[in-house]
Amino acid sequence: MKYLDEYRDDRIARSLVDQIAAEVTRPWTLMEVCGGQTHTLIRQGIDQVLPAEVELVHGPGCPVCVTPVALIDRAIHIAGLPDTIVCSFGDMLRVPGSEENLFMARAAGGDVRVVYSPLDALTIARDNPGKTVVFFAVGFETTAPANAMAVRQAHLLGVENFALLVAHVLVPPAIAAILVSPGNRVQGFLAPGHVCAIQGWREYEPIARDFGVPLVVTGFEPLDLLEGILMLVRQLESGRHEVENQYVRAVVRDGNEAALRVVDEVFETADRAWRGIGVIERSGLKLREPYAHHDAELLFPMPPGQRPASESEICIAGEVLRGRAKPHDCPAFGTQCTPERPLGAPMVSAEGACAAYFLAGRRREGAPA
Amino acid sequence: MCLGVPGKVIEVFDEDGIRMGTVDFGGIRRKACLEYAPEVEIGSWVVIHVGFAISVVDEEEAARSYALLAEMDNLEFIDLPQHREGVRPEDLS
Repeated sequence: MKYLDEYRDDRIARSLVDQIAAEVTRPWTLMEVCGGQTHTLIRQGIDQVLPAEVELVHGPGCPVCVTPVALIDRAIHIAGLPDTIVCSFGDMLRVPGSEENLFMARAAGGDVRVVYSPLDALTIARDNPGKTVVFFAVGFETTAPANAMAVRQAHLLGVENFALLVAHVLVPPAIAAILVSPGNRVQGFLAPGHVCAIQGWREYEPIARDFGVPLVVTGFEPLDLLEGILMLVRQLESGRHEVENQYVRAVVRDGNEAALRVVDEVFETADRAWRGIGVIERSGLKLREPYAHHDAELLFPMPPGQRPASESEICIAGEVLRGRAKPHDCPAFGTQCTPERPLGAPMVSAEGACAAYFLAGRRREGAPA
Repeated sequence: MCLGVPGKVIEVFDEDGIRMGTVDFGGIRRKACLEYAPEVEIGSWVVIHVGFAISVVDEEEAARSYALLAEMDNLEFIDLPQHREGVRPEDLS
């Protein structure tokens, strides 16, 4: 397929690997932020054919993985109420909450549906006027315009039985939080191409300047990733720290202005908790006041007396999400924790680093395959 | 999650006051919202994410940057460091 297949050419890929090897002289630690990029890097074994000097660590860019347990518990609670329909992207259904996941809520009689687009959830609301349809609005900047459009349409068309349970997070505050965290080793970032298709890269310029790290806006196919890594290595080897754009076919510096206008109309910046990491200031979105009657957090408060959300004690997802540990450093990896029975969210989504390692057959040395 | 798939716009229409279209992905066709790609016409290439065009593919830039990539294939390198295959020790530490 055009704009996909040619970016998977293995001869050019090998040339790029050779070029990286020819130019690198010292060890560098690079982070790809986006889970989609993690998935391709691991599935294709790109991290294993790079020269030993280039180490890739995996970032927090899997929205499913960083959605707080308390919000998953809230979605499960809503699914258990009469006359509600909870809609979500498929990955969210298997993510463990404190005690169960949305699949279990469905098995217990809740109406939980997987949709392809938030506009599909709006259609379900219009088709079911006697029920409240709650769309679990998870995602980064890439997904915010779609969710904003769905709630804006609900507002304009008077669809009062449509609400969003908002779990939107933003990439630049997470990158800054990683850079200031104790023991940070990341020296350069592959910035997420589709996030930047919406936002552009102006927000990354102060990060490059203030922290002295290069960032390269990068696409998702193997050649994109290898070229992004080469561009980062070139900057690091020559002592530069700028924002560069590898993904020129889809990203411009100012981003998508039509999308940003609607996002700004519907959402405002808010502090958000990241699963495994904690609260990061101004790192997410919430609905603006005129859309409060579409806000599922306000419409469906948790009943008092609920036990606070709890996490597995053995899982090291927080360390993995910050790039401080690799998935197979976790004692539960591949044994107590597998994609079928995940303890932590990065094992659930194929884009989570733990699931990417597991599905690619990566194991701790000596562990059963 | 931030998956975006390139496809070609083959139809443009209005639905409930917003600009929608049909996008062809190598033979598979799906409806998509084109509100965030106001400049697209039939025949334009777009990147689709959760049923929304989030970006219009710049075909000239794509051709130019790909030509540069493809040129790498003609370069010759000598004295390349040996690539270690498989899991590296630091991955296991």
